[in-house]
Amino acid sequence: MKDFLLIFRAEGRPGPAPSPEEMQASMKMWMDWIGGIAAQNKLVDRGNRLLSDGKVMRPGQVITDGPYTEIKESIGGYTIVKAESLEDATALAEGCPILGFGGSVEVREIGSM
Amino acid sequence: MQDQNEILPHLFRTEYRKITAVLSKLFGLEHIEIAQDIASDTFLQASETWGIKGLPENPTAWLYTVAKNKAKDYLKRNTLFNQKIAKQITYEQTSSVPSGWEDIEIDLSDRNITDSQLQMMFAVCHPSIPAEAQIGLSLNILCGFGISEIAAAFLTNKETINKRLFRAREKLRLNDVKIEFPGTSEINKRLENVLTTLYLLFNEGYYAAGSDVTLRKDVCLEAMRLTNLLLESKITSQPPVYALLALMCFHSSRFEARIDSQGETVLYQDQDELLWDEDLIRQGEYFMNQASFGHQLSKYHLEAGIAYFHTIKTDTKEKWESILQLYNQLLIIEYSPMAALNRTFALSKANGKEAAIKEAEKLDLTNHHLYHMLLGEMYTGIDNHKAMGHFKTSFELTKSKADQRVISKKIALLSP
Repeated sequence: MKDFLLIFRAEGRPGPAPSPEEMQASMKMWMDWIGGIAAQNKLVDRGNRLLSDGKVMRPGQVITDGPYTEIKESIGGYTIVKAESLEDATALAEGCPILGFGGSVEVREIGSM
Repeated sequence: MQDQNEILPHLFRTEYRKITAVLSKLFGLEHIEIAQDIASDTFLQASETWGIKGLPENPTAWLYTVAKNKAKDYLKRNTLFNQKIAKQITYEQTSSVPSGWEDIEIDLSDRNITDSQLQMMFAVCHPSIPAEAQIGLSLNILCGFGISEIAAAFLTNKETINKRLFRAREKLRLNDVKIEFPGTSEINKRLENVLTTLYLLFNEGYYAAGSDVTLRKDVCLEAMRLTNLLLESKITSQPPVYALLALMCFHSSRFEARIDSQGETVLYQDQDELLWDEDLIRQGEYFMNQASFGHQLSKYHLEAGIAYFHTIKTDTKEKWESILQLYNQLLIIEYSPMAALNRTFALSKANGKEAAIKEAEKLDLTNHHLYHMLLGEMYTGIDNHKAMGHFKTSFELTKSKADQRVISKKIALLSP
């Protein structure tokens, strides 16, 4: 088994903040999805959500707000899973709630040191 | 008032382990056999003396006095032991130049008994000892079970248990394990070990189908007693301990309902809920509340939560949604095949059978009879042909007669 990083990307969501019911429903979707990976004994680290505020440092001490001036989709979070192959790891991304919000999951093998 | 014939076995159960713990602590764990011999001798003398002279006014005090005298006699008689150990004991006790066994104080106060037993628990649950041996040692040293009782509980023979306990004691000696509380930096890690052993001990009694029902119940009660003992000390009364005790209360509330008169397991959905023990459920709720201080969310909290929802017989979507989320969290903390299967069952109740079948087929548990039982259940009414196939595979995979009977019934219901 090898470790893979699942990176969740989504467009910054404009519009009104979600209602508590929507948040509850979204939380359930995430928990059911992560729980499904854990039930296959393939969860390494449930990872973290990333808040939308951020800064980017570029050469010459150029600092800009947020990563999304050039990239439309920003990273919303990550999870680490284990799988036999890149294909198997990608299959684990199926049902990830971010896909339902128009986002994407990038799957990358973590190189061993 | 207790029956005269029951008093000695009863006292043996409650006092043997206390005397052993206190004396072992005094002599050092490497001399635990001596402590156990003295405790056994004390009871032998009690049975002989009380048989002739009748019960003393305070049997427990009588036992303690005799045990103290026997311990002192032993120290006096055994010069080698006296020279090597007694000096060390007196030195530790008085911090002055030792003068011999006469100065040794054998402290059988409630406080020292509780502390000695708690410290003994940490010694027995030392990480260097294999889990099976820890359970055996716990039953022997902490619960006062005899070798034949332990063998019966494990469904094995006395020789196997004797060997296992012997090796475990060797390990304790080799690793120089002391009867003491671990240091503050270590306590939580070591407490985790103790809780794991108590959890396994309880499960041994709760799930060991086939062995004597009264014995199984005793094992469960002992596990609960030891868990309760941890709550008597400030050092060890941590939220996960309360959670584990809550879990044990919820589980054992169904003890009567889940075993029929033949000693066979009765499935949850077939249980007579009038046999569920309301008092234990209330106690479980109490400990569950006690467990909720602090920020720790242990696997025992989650398992106790799941067990709590099982004390509510009525099926609602909310109930199964709660159970599903608890299983999700439990699996994120720690994977186990049983949790994965149970989570999928909860998923079928909360999100529907189709969703659950899809998830179930991702589980790599095809050689587990319960996996096929679960898929059989879920395919029933959706694809009876597939359901039948899974029940048949399940039947072939299980060795338990009780399981086979349950599966046969399911197959019969599906047959045209």
